[in-house]
Amino acid sequence: MSHYIFRRLVAMPFLVLGIVTMAFFLTTVTKGDPLTALVSEQQLNNPEVVAAARQRWGLDKSLPERYVTYVSNLLHGDMGTSFVTKRPVLTDIAARLPATLELVIAAMLVGTTSGIVLGLLAAYYRDSAVDQIARVFALLGSSLPVFWIGLALLFLLSVHFQILPGPGRIDPRMTPPPPITGLMTVDTLLAGDIDGFRSAVSHLVLPSLVLGWAVAGTISRLVRANMLDVMAKEFILTARAKGAGELRVVFRHAFRNILVPVLTLISYSFAYLITGAVLTEAVFTWPGMGSYAVQAARSLDFPAIIGVTIVGGMMFLVTNLLTDIAYVIANPRVRLT
Amino acid sequence: MMQFSSPASHPPLLRVRDLRVGFRKHGQVLEAVRGIDLDIARGEVLGIVGESGSGKSIGMLAALGLAPPNAVVSGSVQYLGEELLTKPRREMRRIRGAKIAMIFQDPLSSLNPTMRVGDQIIEALRLHQPQMNARQATQRALELLELVSIPQPDRRLRQFPHEFSGGMRQRVMIAMAVANGPDLLIADEPTTALDVTVQSQIMRMLRELQAKLGLGLVLITHDLGVLAGHANRVAVVYSGQVVEQADVFDLFQNPRHPYTRGLIASIPKLTESGGRLYSIAGSPPALGRFPPGCAFHPRCERAGDICQQLAPPKTTIGGSGHVSACHFANALPEWDSAEARVKE
Repeated sequence: MSHYIFRRLVAMPFLVLGIVTMAFFLTTVTKGDPLTALVSEQQLNNPEVVAAARQRWGLDKSLPERYVTYVSNLLHGDMGTSFVTKRPVLTDIAARLPATLELVIAAMLVGTTSGIVLGLLAAYYRDSAVDQIARVFALLGSSLPVFWIGLALLFLLSVHFQILPGPGRIDPRMTPPPPITGLMTVDTLLAGDIDGFRSAVSHLVLPSLVLGWAVAGTISRLVRANMLDVMAKEFILTARAKGAGELRVVFRHAFRNILVPVLTLISYSFAYLITGAVLTEAVFTWPGMGSYAVQAARSLDFPAIIGVTIVGGMMFLVTNLLTDIAYVIANPRVRLT
Repeated sequence: MMQFSSPASHPPLLRVRDLRVGFRKHGQVLEAVRGIDLDIARGEVLGIVGESGSGKSIGMLAALGLAPPNAVVSGSVQYLGEELLTKPRREMRRIRGAKIAMIFQDPLSSLNPTMRVGDQIIEALRLHQPQMNARQATQRALELLELVSIPQPDRRLRQFPHEFSGGMRQRVMIAMAVANGPDLLIADEPTTALDVTVQSQIMRMLRELQAKLGLGLVLITHDLGVLAGHANRVAVVYSGQVVEQADVFDLFQNPRHPYTRGLIASIPKLTESGGRLYSIAGSPPALGRFPPGCAFHPRCERAGDICQQLAPPKTTIGGSGHVSACHFANALPEWDSAEARVKE
């Protein structure tokens, strides 16, 4: 197994290079001209200004030249400078990635735990009221668009009932803690700011609920279907004949056997969460990668677009590897070679 | 072959009376087991034989509280005088696996594929002997694997079920079943899914353990031939009812039910070459479609008008607990046990 992980790690740089190449050349396919982001509208007709801007940002060079420059810069940890913020892309991403990670992790926790619990209940109490409620919950989660649920819940719970705070990561009247990890919940704790922590958590509730709902829906359906299947297996009867209690039967014997499909779906949901985060961040004015990506795409900010794509792609590579390792732990019949 | 004990000398381990199991379907209850009476004494091997779907397995599962949730169970099942059917689920769990153990037909699917074999045996031990520590439990699991003659038990304990052959898995199932020293072992088609050579090994092992540990053993099978060599007493089940019950010797010498006669005649004989193997005409009725009167009458050569109208009473034959539920139990022609057919 360590052999396998080693081989996967060796392959990683090549995969990253593939992602970089794809991201780089995909931006060149777009019809738009990034100069609109670089030069003010009045100056667009001034050939001198345009030429100067082209030269300054290297847009006058040929495509292969630009590619080689980009890759060699990347090797030195330089992702270029954003056309819009005029700051290094890496700095921008470093400032925004933790916010997205915090949101995605929270949504993942909410989505997977509630999805698994609902799926288990729905399967165990098949065709009961619980099963029906879980079905409706899953249907709503996967069919209602994130921005709609987001706005609706924001209006209902924050504006109307005022149970939960509005957009943002922390109460705007509070001083944010010094960024150590960049995760607001962790940083407030590290700073010993209990009120800040409470505020950060309560700000996280709605967006992670909205983002995690769809994931909870699909996971609960998958868990239900697989549990119904596995609960009919003979070894479940064996466990009961041994005198095992129902909790033990469900978790130790049945659930353990459906971990592989569940893990697969969780790792796929990660992809959904990253994309879903874009919209959720927009609704909740969450200063993460999603809003950065939207902004970059709107203004054809190539370095930022490529940078976000690379970071997103690398996150996938890492999750895929972790998923494959988790398979082995979950199912002894899986042998990675 | 006279080791069987009469019910009078020992109180029965398990006493089943008028056991009925039905399944709720579309608002009605379809009965699969329709009033079964059985007694199993300590140290006795009771064979239950019947075609698939006759209700033989589901009846025993229901007796242990293992019937599916949509099943309706009634009647009485007493273990050493204690009623099981009304027992709370918690208390039933203390009996299952400890006093009454069960093994199933398909050893390929009756072990949990994601748990090490040793852990599954240890689980069985510690569910009922929580005072056992991990080391003692492992030690005991090792002894159990030795008991069922699994070579290299210490290595085998750490393996997963897919690393075992079918016969080896069934041995593991047996080891797990006897782990807590039960009084009664219910084996549901224990050899059906195995190769013929392995079948006899497993049967011999079951019998040895049964004798060694003084177990009551219920052998559920569709193969009357298996019971000839291994059971003390046989109950023949058809359409959810016991149609004939007798000491194994009596049953083969003097079967008093046409269905039993059909089953015996269907066992292939090594002494006979060529010719067609006997088979009972027709097929068993589907669940909920039992014919009125004697359920066997549409397939019975002897059936008269009475068989279509009246359920047959239990007729006692001789003095050794031989009972047949046939209107013509005493009027059937004499049986030639050597030829396995009616004397002409």
